[in-house]
Amino acid sequence: MKKTQIIVIGNGMVGYKFCEKLKSKSESFNLIVFGEECRRAYDRVHLSEYFNGKTAEDLSLSTATWYEEQNITLFLSNPITKIDRDFKMVYAADGLSYSYDYLVFATGSAAFVPTIPGVEKDGVFVYRTIEDLELISEFAKKAKTGAVIGGGLLGLEAAKALIDLGIEQTHIIEFAPRLMPRQIDVAGSEMLKSKLADLGLKIHLNKNTTSIVGDGKIAAMQFSDDTNLEVDMLVISAGIKPRDELAKACGIEVGQRGGILVNEKMQTSDPSVFAIGECALYDGMIYGLIAPGYEMAEVLAANLCEGDKEFTGFDMSTKLKLIGIDVASFGDNFIDEPDCRTIIFENKHKGIYSRINVSNDGQYLLGGILIGDATAYNMLLQTVNNKIVLPENPEELIFGSRSGGESDGAGITSLPDSALICSCEGVSKGDICSAVTDQNCENLDDIKKCTKAGTGCGGCIPMVKDLMVHTFKSQGKYVKNVICEHFNYSRQELFDLIHIHELKSYDEVLNEFGKNDGCEVCKPLVASLLASLWNEMILKKGNDVAQDSNDRFLANIQKGGSYSVVPRVPGGEITPDKLIIIGEVAKKYNLYTKITGGQRIDMFGAHLNDLPIIWEELIAAGFESGHAYGKGLRTVKSCVGSTWCRFGLHDSVSYAIRIEERYRGIRAPHKFKSAVSGCIRECAEAQSKDFGIIATEKGWNLYVCGNGGSKPQHALLLATDLDSETCIKYIDRFLMFYIRTADPLTRTATWLNKMEGGIDYLRNVVINDSLGMAEQWEQEIENLISSYKCEWKEAVENPAIRKRFSHFVNAPEEKDPTIEFVDMRGQKRVAEWKTSNQI
Amino acid sequence: MTDTSNWLAACRVEDAVENGGVCVKNGEEQIALFYFKRRNEWFATQNECPHRKQMALSRGMIGSTTDEPKVACPFHKKTFSLHTGECLSGDECAIKTYPVKIDNGIVYIGKSPK
Repeated sequence: MKKTQIIVIGNGMVGYKFCEKLKSKSESFNLIVFGEECRRAYDRVHLSEYFNGKTAEDLSLSTATWYEEQNITLFLSNPITKIDRDFKMVYAADGLSYSYDYLVFATGSAAFVPTIPGVEKDGVFVYRTIEDLELISEFAKKAKTGAVIGGGLLGLEAAKALIDLGIEQTHIIEFAPRLMPRQIDVAGSEMLKSKLADLGLKIHLNKNTTSIVGDGKIAAMQFSDDTNLEVDMLVISAGIKPRDELAKACGIEVGQRGGILVNEKMQTSDPSVFAIGECALYDGMIYGLIAPGYEMAEVLAANLCEGDKEFTGFDMSTKLKLIGIDVASFGDNFIDEPDCRTIIFENKHKGIYSRINVSNDGQYLLGGILIGDATAYNMLLQTVNNKIVLPENPEELIFGSRSGGESDGAGITSLPDSALICSCEGVSKGDICSAVTDQNCENLDDIKKCTKAGTGCGGCIPMVKDLMVHTFKSQGKYVKNVICEHFNYSRQELFDLIHIHELKSYDEVLNEFGKNDGCEVCKPLVASLLASLWNEMILKKGNDVAQDSNDRFLANIQKGGSYSVVPRVPGGEITPDKLIIIGEVAKKYNLYTKITGGQRIDMFGAHLNDLPIIWEELIAAGFESGHAYGKGLRTVKSCVGSTWCRFGLHDSVSYAIRIEERYRGIRAPHKFKSAVSGCIRECAEAQSKDFGIIATEKGWNLYVCGNGGSKPQHALLLATDLDSETCIKYIDRFLMFYIRTADPLTRTATWLNKMEGGIDYLRNVVINDSLGMAEQWEQEIENLISSYKCEWKEAVENPAIRKRFSHFVNAPEEKDPTIEFVDMRGQKRVAEWKTSNQI
Repeated sequence: MTDTSNWLAACRVEDAVENGGVCVKNGEEQIALFYFKRRNEWFATQNECPHRKQMALSRGMIGSTTDEPKVACPFHKKTFSLHTGECLSGDECAIKTYPVKIDNGIVYIGKSPK
């Protein structure tokens, strides 16, 4: 039997997607594709990555052999020149003709170039194809200033391309009074404008270009307000124009302002001819986004295979990262009062603008705009599309919940199965859940392969993950919290394995229990376990390269690449002589000094090369490492206590020093802090620490699991009126329990929040020894304490370790010349981040 | 014999850090050199992380994802493929990579990027 012959005109993203979809549904077609460009279909959405080192081949949507494998005939650089609909024939540029049963237009669009006198001059470009990019990048080599006409989505992309190409001054010229006029409102535009200005872009709104002047080559742009702008090059990105000329020439109906008219089956005025993507005009609209184009491809492929799908318009919600800035709009983004109630949140300092439009009865979310931070986008879009009834305080959708209750993940359970999660590939919540339950997908990659969800723009991936985990849990599947792809164990399991097998180096652990080369997740984790277990010098046995940068160089890396130096000052007590030493060292090595929140002195701006000699001097004067760089004990803060204070009940300073010296250097899943207050006035703020001690008439009250930081949490009372020895015993047990069982990088507060039974359970374990581990833990921590050594002392005395503190391997004496300092209030500070294509 | 016009003699093999990186000075330029002892493979890239323009990649941790060797910048943990220089953290930036060869105990880095 003769196969039905389908000819596709155009080999862009949508044309390619149509072939892929049709081939996955049926083998009963002969497919012939004609492309005008010289390459296979490539990813036009991420075109600007071409300037970041991606090659045309990287951007390609298919492998070189894909068309052949699929039995698709592909012609490149061979556009169709004429169509004879009576005989159902097409004529190609190479002179040959082919007959079709069905013809598909996937001709896409071209850049819309306004009729401005002078657009033909040298140095004026459009931004559409890889060839355009090649021309732009060649020309940019000798250009210093550039401009882009168009402040929409594509225009901003083009501006980013110019920055990437090293154009020092890039201007954006927009006719409308705001940027991205289709997506965001005036206030949002202002926020975006100031963020873009920070990156060095000059934005001109309300500007109408009247002519482009220059002798053969562009020299300046002339505007209707009689101003002008001198530029070396110009990129026009003012919109798109559907490629409908071929359809028009053969008598197929097109819209007044362009676009091939189609119905909901993607059928044109000729029933054997179809149009999809940016060349198609549906219900008066050209859809210039990739997701609706893919949906059209799906509708057509399904209908050719005797399915019954209809295209009924498409949600134009978008989320994208423009020059490193999140911009999203969803639902009815522009609806205004009195037709709705609007909630706006604006943080100029952080450059965040969020707007949500809520129905007047407060029940439903209608749409909104997010700039600067679009993490809430997926959930908000789902809330609109599925008409989910809003909570009592809808502002929590953009502020986050204030009650502190964990709402994460609660949202996805309320979604119906039909909720569209991946709009690029049209995958619903039901599809993803059934991939887990029915097709046994066990991880994100499986789900991607199985459903294609997350393979387009990738914006839905966090939600896909949440759904996967949620489905696991609802099935009663044990969700194992494995470390990373190299270790199929949880932190706690690996802790025990390393303990039992007495492993001492990262490489041994990887050989025994891991695979491949490890990564930045498992390396510091294993290094921390080794330190927690054996307390050996952390830079020995090859473990140095498994440490995070701060641990590896025993100092905190700062902006610009210099380091900070923090000697331990137990309890915050320091002699005048030692203060003088710190002052002298800071002066000698030109360091910025600041008193820290933990009652010690931080010296900033040390070159890597200087660290050993600085520490040598500090150690000689009786200082030791403060471990400000490590995941371990930071400081034990104290008030002045009963020795001086008229209210003090006990000597809080002496007790703080004793505690700080006891636990110094011990490595844990995260940093931990402590404080001792001499009375109930709590001047040391012990209730905001991982463990805090407050004097009472009868002894000490012990509080645990508090922290300041980004999610402040008060510590909870563990035990009251303890004598000094018992208090320390409880802290020993508490710390070992935490070190053994907490997830990586989890502070004590979060650890407790996840613990079933909470503080009562913890109290039972620590005080009543309900696990029968107390004795072992006390012994273990005793071992750690007795093996403590100052690691900076070991580092400066060990030539092999010391050798690593130089910036250049082939010029060990030279410091990094790129570190820059500037003056501020009589001290130095590091120069600001260099503006760049921020991520 | 190694052609010195196209290759920079960076350091001796024993000066490099096993399973880690060092920074090599090449005139005004800084190149990060990585030595995967486990695979016996060498890689070289620009030292500057394109994210915040910090001279830091040589101080980053190396590892792999599936089989792709990578380095994580110590500043914000952006990761880059050591084969292609592609940013693996989903961002739109890439780093330059250079060829490396070992000859007679000396590590040579190609003077022009791959």
